[in-house]
Amino acid sequence: MRIRRDRALSALILLPSVVAVGVFVYGFIGWTAYVAMSNWNSFVPDLSFSGLRNFADLFQTPRFQIDMRNTLVFTLAFLAGCLGIGLLLAVLLDRQIRGEAFFRNAFLFPMSISFIVGGTVWQWLLNPSTGVNLLLESAGLGALKSPWYTEPRIAIYAVVIAALWQMSGFTMAMYLAGLRGISDELREAARVDGASDLQLYRHVIIPLLHPITLSAAIVLGHISLKIFDLVFAMTGSGPAFSTDVPGIFMFETTFRGNRFAEGATISIIMLVMVAVVIIPYLAYSSRTEAEA
Amino acid sequence: MSETHRLAKTALALLLAVAVLGLVPGTGLQAGAAKKLEIFSWWTAGGEADGLKAMFEVYKKLFPGVEIINATVAGGAGTDAKAVLKTRMLGGNPPDSFQVHGGAELVDTWVKTGFMESLAPLYKSEGWLNAFPKDLVDIVSHQGEQYSVPVNVHRGNVLWFNKKIFDDNKLKAPATWDEFFKVAETLKGKGVTPLSLGDKNKWEAAHLFEDILAAALGAEGYRGLWTGKTSWEGDGVKRALDTFARILNYVNRDHAAFVWDQAAQMLIDRKAAMNVMGDWAAGYFTAKGWKPNVDYGFAPAPGTAGLFVVVTDTFGLPKKAPNREQALAWLKVAGSKAGQEAFNPLKGSICGRTDCDPKKFDVYLQSSAVDFTKNALLPSEVHGSAAPEGFATLFNDILNLFVTNKDVKAAQRALQKACVDNKMCK
Repeated sequence: MRIRRDRALSALILLPSVVAVGVFVYGFIGWTAYVAMSNWNSFVPDLSFSGLRNFADLFQTPRFQIDMRNTLVFTLAFLAGCLGIGLLLAVLLDRQIRGEAFFRNAFLFPMSISFIVGGTVWQWLLNPSTGVNLLLESAGLGALKSPWYTEPRIAIYAVVIAALWQMSGFTMAMYLAGLRGISDELREAARVDGASDLQLYRHVIIPLLHPITLSAAIVLGHISLKIFDLVFAMTGSGPAFSTDVPGIFMFETTFRGNRFAEGATISIIMLVMVAVVIIPYLAYSSRTEAEA
Repeated sequence: MSETHRLAKTALALLLAVAVLGLVPGTGLQAGAAKKLEIFSWWTAGGEADGLKAMFEVYKKLFPGVEIINATVAGGAGTDAKAVLKTRMLGGNPPDSFQVHGGAELVDTWVKTGFMESLAPLYKSEGWLNAFPKDLVDIVSHQGEQYSVPVNVHRGNVLWFNKKIFDDNKLKAPATWDEFFKVAETLKGKGVTPLSLGDKNKWEAAHLFEDILAAALGAEGYRGLWTGKTSWEGDGVKRALDTFARILNYVNRDHAAFVWDQAAQMLIDRKAAMNVMGDWAAGYFTAKGWKPNVDYGFAPAPGTAGLFVVVTDTFGLPKKAPNREQALAWLKVAGSKAGQEAFNPLKGSICGRTDCDPKKFDVYLQSSAVDFTKNALLPSEVHGSAAPEGFATLFNDILNLFVTNKDVKAAQRALQKACVDNKMCK
């Protein structure tokens, strides 16, 4: 009797947020999908059904093809860089060095800055005639100067550098927590067995950090697939769209070009891309939770 | 010590008294002011905001007791403001009057869709059909009726140059693109970047190309681009693209890192000799203490003598304007000689009317005003007058690709497709 009343009460309390999420998240996703399959490509709403034509058109648009390639390159480089740098920093900090707290905070701080600020700063730092290039020149390393984001072939990597600066601290913090969770007995056991430092990390510690790598990759992956603000503030579309991403294309085509159906189509594709990454992870983590 | 103390106390008391006195009539007025007027624009800073305020002052003198709500949304060229405006208009909550570029931005977005009230009666009663040039009235008209009032005119096709560099090298402003290439070679030989460009926001490259198009096609050919009479796949556009590709050999290599005002700054810093930009660049030079014909020179963009690419800010009347009567009064002020003379010297543009007093303007604007009355007036594509916004964004995108790959054929095909997709050509 009591249990039933408790259940009714909790259902009642949950109801408002269920309704709000239902309308403002799933309802709007549904509306966006509906617009994506309409002919609303001028200022006046035209919700007549067009099927998947917008999707077919979009995949033939040069700008969108470049965007997809950029997203792929950016995501791979960003993930690899963040995980690699984060792990390296965490391992170094884990060696009980002096001033660990200082370094930990220093590496973590960029994450507390918004992407807009980070993007603006890196726009100046990687500007060919200011910032990093000036530093290189005054250090006598003029040969290392680069056109950075003004050269279409490498522009996207300039954005990756900014993103790495901003997010590597996050993976470092996660790995550091993971490393602290590995008991000293395991390390000692490996040492007793004659493992070198390298072997210890390769065969014992990194495999044990596997769940952390996965969570970090998921979090970073969905950030990178949806990235907008950092790129928008730093380079915009870039020369020949070399730093363009679907988010920027969506924003411009919808709110500047009045092509609402096309914008909705891009949004849906971005949603699907993120879902492909997130849903297997959710399934995996709910399964492991059930096991535990 | 106590002396200063007493002084401070007196000052404080005085301040308080002023504040209290100020408050009483203030509150009294607010209760009485039922009349309101909401003006929507993206003039938030510098001379633009000052100009708008000056026009408000003219209005307040003529119509005291009306409370003006200055609804501004920041952001260059109004890209963010336009998004806010669209939401308000579609939501049935329009301002009383709003800033809009004359031409397609006005006609395609707002007039054809039935959001605007015709101003033809106002044009007749105020005698504006004679006060404004016919080409300009055409830009704000649809099917013979006028829908907005042009408060100012900027010229899009201007070549700016560092006068000292030109004098030192005994150069003259190039009148055609062929002359430009000769001048550019000379400058390149001296180690000076001939032309500065900052196209981080994409439209800057499109702006330069628009002026090249006008030079290659002439007035009639250029106007035909927006009506389907001139083909995007024809020889004229091909010539323009070829010229553009050649010009790009003479611009600063890091152009993708800059925006338009940084490109103008390169002239001041002697890092480049020339720049093609609308005459808001003159406002930038003035703000930096640079003087026309002393520090910088100006000429029509190469090949566009006799042509005047118009960028005009106008105000219209939405059908559901909550304070229609005040809005009509506002439009009368905006179209009046007094209103335009108050606004334009501060904004750094010329009047839409042709009877403004030249003495109120600087040397550059005076010469622009003379050209304005004599030249063929062409609508600007990049600044929203010539083609629908859907085409304008595609135009920017196509040229952004072209700047890097210089593929003339692909650009022509894409432009033609954009033209068809936006129902400008068949």
